Amino acid sequence: MAKDDNFKTKDASPSFMNTLTTDLKEIGRTFKEGDWKTKLSFVVFGFGSIMRKQFLHGFALLLAQIAALYYVFGFGWQYFSKLNTLGSSKQGYNPDGTISKGDNSFLILLYGILTVIIIILFIVLWRLNVREQYKEECLLKQGKELPTNKKTFLSLFDSNFDKTLLALPVAGIFLFTLLPIIFMICVAFTNYDYNHQAPAKLFTWVGFENFKNLFSFNSSTGFGFTFMTVLGWTLVWAFFATFLNYFLGMAVAMLINRKGIKFKPMWRTILVVTIAVPQFVSLLYMYKLFASDGLINTYLIKWGLISQYIPFWEDPGLARLMIIIINLWIGIPYMMLISTGLLMNIPEDLYESAKIDGANAFQCFWSITLPYMLFVTGPYLLTSYIGNLNNFNVIFLLNKGKPQSMELAGKAGYTDLLVTWLYKMTVDDTNYKMAAVIGIMVFVVTAVISLVVYGILPSVKDEEGFQ
Amino acid sequence: MDNNKERSLSGRRKTGDRVTYVVLTLISILWLAPFVCLILQSFRSYTEGGGGMVEYLLPKKFSLDSYTDLLRPGNQFIRWYLNTLIIAFFVSLFETVIVLCVSYALSRMRFKGRELLMRFWLILGMFPGFLTMICLYFLLKNFGLTQEGAIPGLILISAASSGMKYYICKGFFDTIPKSLDEAARLDGASRARIFVTMLLPMAKPTIIYTALVAFMAPWCDYVFASYVAFGYSDSYNVAVAMQRWIWTNDYQGYFTRFCAGGVLIAVPVTILFMCLQKYYVEGVTGGAVKG
Repeated sequence: MAKDDNFKTKDASPSFMNTLTTDLKEIGRTFKEGDWKTKLSFVVFGFGSIMRKQFLHGFALLLAQIAALYYVFGFGWQYFSKLNTLGSSKQGYNPDGTISKGDNSFLILLYGILTVIIIILFIVLWRLNVREQYKEECLLKQGKELPTNKKTFLSLFDSNFDKTLLALPVAGIFLFTLLPIIFMICVAFTNYDYNHQAPAKLFTWVGFENFKNLFSFNSSTGFGFTFMTVLGWTLVWAFFATFLNYFLGMAVAMLINRKGIKFKPMWRTILVVTIAVPQFVSLLYMYKLFASDGLINTYLIKWGLISQYIPFWEDPGLARLMIIIINLWIGIPYMMLISTGLLMNIPEDLYESAKIDGANAFQCFWSITLPYMLFVTGPYLLTSYIGNLNNFNVIFLLNKGKPQSMELAGKAGYTDLLVTWLYKMTVDDTNYKMAAVIGIMVFVVTAVISLVVYGILPSVKDEEGFQ
Repeated sequence: MDNNKERSLSGRRKTGDRVTYVVLTLISILWLAPFVCLILQSFRSYTEGGGGMVEYLLPKKFSLDSYTDLLRPGNQFIRWYLNTLIIAFFVSLFETVIVLCVSYALSRMRFKGRELLMRFWLILGMFPGFLTMICLYFLLKNFGLTQEGAIPGLILISAASSGMKYYICKGFFDTIPKSLDEAARLDGASRARIFVTMLLPMAKPTIIYTALVAFMAPWCDYVFASYVAFGYSDSYNVAVAMQRWIWTNDYQGYFTRFCAGGVLIAVPVTILFMCLQKYYVEGVTGGAVKG
């Protein structure tokens, strides 16, 4: 796919212009050469199809047109027209004491965006409509028969099966993933927070104000210091969480795989229990185990090893260390499972010939096992690193990102990742604008790392070979 | 001389084996200890420490106090448990169906915009999930699917976005030779028929993997579940309900109940997982290699 990508991006712009011009030409030709049915179809979608007894196509187009127009003019327009200010009339009290209904910035933004998208879809629909008319007329002119309605319907389960399969998932992702993401990206450019809660108060566009705030090192209001602290810890955490788990998991797998070791399935099963038990049970329990009044501390005191409890979760450095260690407990079994099978795939004769050449166990690992594993699991390392950047559960269930500090803004703590900080800003602080900005930063970090690593990975270049 | 060398080699092998056994035993103890502690503490009677945290591990008197309390009729715990079970079941069902549909379309069909769609979903996936929380809450509220309706609401949002989780399943479909499809198409079978009667039976491992992973996830879902239920305790799932027993100080006496609840949740899920472990391993290994 990578090869393909490069190829496509290189000549994306000319090919886009080409498509546009050929498209426009085709539309023009359709209008010029088309009969009155086709010409009327430019305004009434699917009209030509209905006249040519292509009812399925015709009515689908017509219904879609009516629905889109009904939404835009019947409902969306009132919001769309206020999109530039996000509302101007504030909710207030009338002289007689009743509440006067003002603009709701939240609804204006959400439905405004939806209206914009529907207008774009309407244009696409119009294009599809014109193409359908063109296709039908061409077929008729060539003296061919148009497919029957039954055939058109059945094609949904054959040549057009992809449309049937993807319709629902694409619609679901549009409504519950894409639309909310666009909405939140827009929120990053507004002043939507606890002082501007809809519907009682209005919020409005502020441009790049929030981004400036994120990188401002002004000690009282700026988020710069906190952002850098949290980002730094996020990257460090993801690094340790990924690579420590990776190498130690591989080591455990190699121990179990060792020739002559008995009860292999038993060892594996013992480790796998941590994957099977829901994390909120095991992690919350771990949190209590190491708490100041937890079992570990009380036993250490009882045995006289320490006189005061160890602040596992209260000391920033110690809390970070604990999280990385406990994550090993979660992550090693997972990597062990993955590498067990892969290690067995390495041809045995490679090791044997290495041994004849006098290589010791470490040399074998360094020059045979490791290169092979890195090659094969390259994509996994990338996804695992990205997954750890956003590893909400381990941080939040263990320690809630604590210890908190007055030095950090936005109620952040020293073990907070960007995502847990985002969560706190949304839920505890209702600081939606900054939460949105942080979300965008998470995206930027993820995208940059993915792009850079994806270019380096050797196995990506061979991906087509798997197919 | 030769004999000696061989003996020393096998001797080294034996010490190596012994060291390995010691290390593996240590690892096993480390990995199982928290669970053993959890189980032991769940059997502590209320007469010791009132169900809170105490300074010793072994209960002085074993009792089922915490279990009988959790499972007594009318306790909300049963409701939370059922809520989670219902969510897990339906999410698993819908997600599997949707993932299979998307994977088939992306693996087998070549249509306009296929690459674009895949790349677009990849980019969408890079945004953190909780970013959209407030917007999703509003959308669900519009449909009346928050608080009292949180259970269907949670199922809906999990299922709606599950189309993007097609990677592993599509990777599996890619390994089934396309010539099989083509042969069937020459015999006049439609795409839908090939999908249902030919590919689905072959895809049993990946179906089980997808369903299993989807079934396990809701047991840990804290973020959305707590936000969508929004203080309406009848709609909580176990994760939302039980984390309060740990974090809120008013719930000091709920520690043994947390342990007992944890055992009640972990045992069935773990058994299910262990039974289907083979498929899980196949799924993650395949996924790790294909990326």
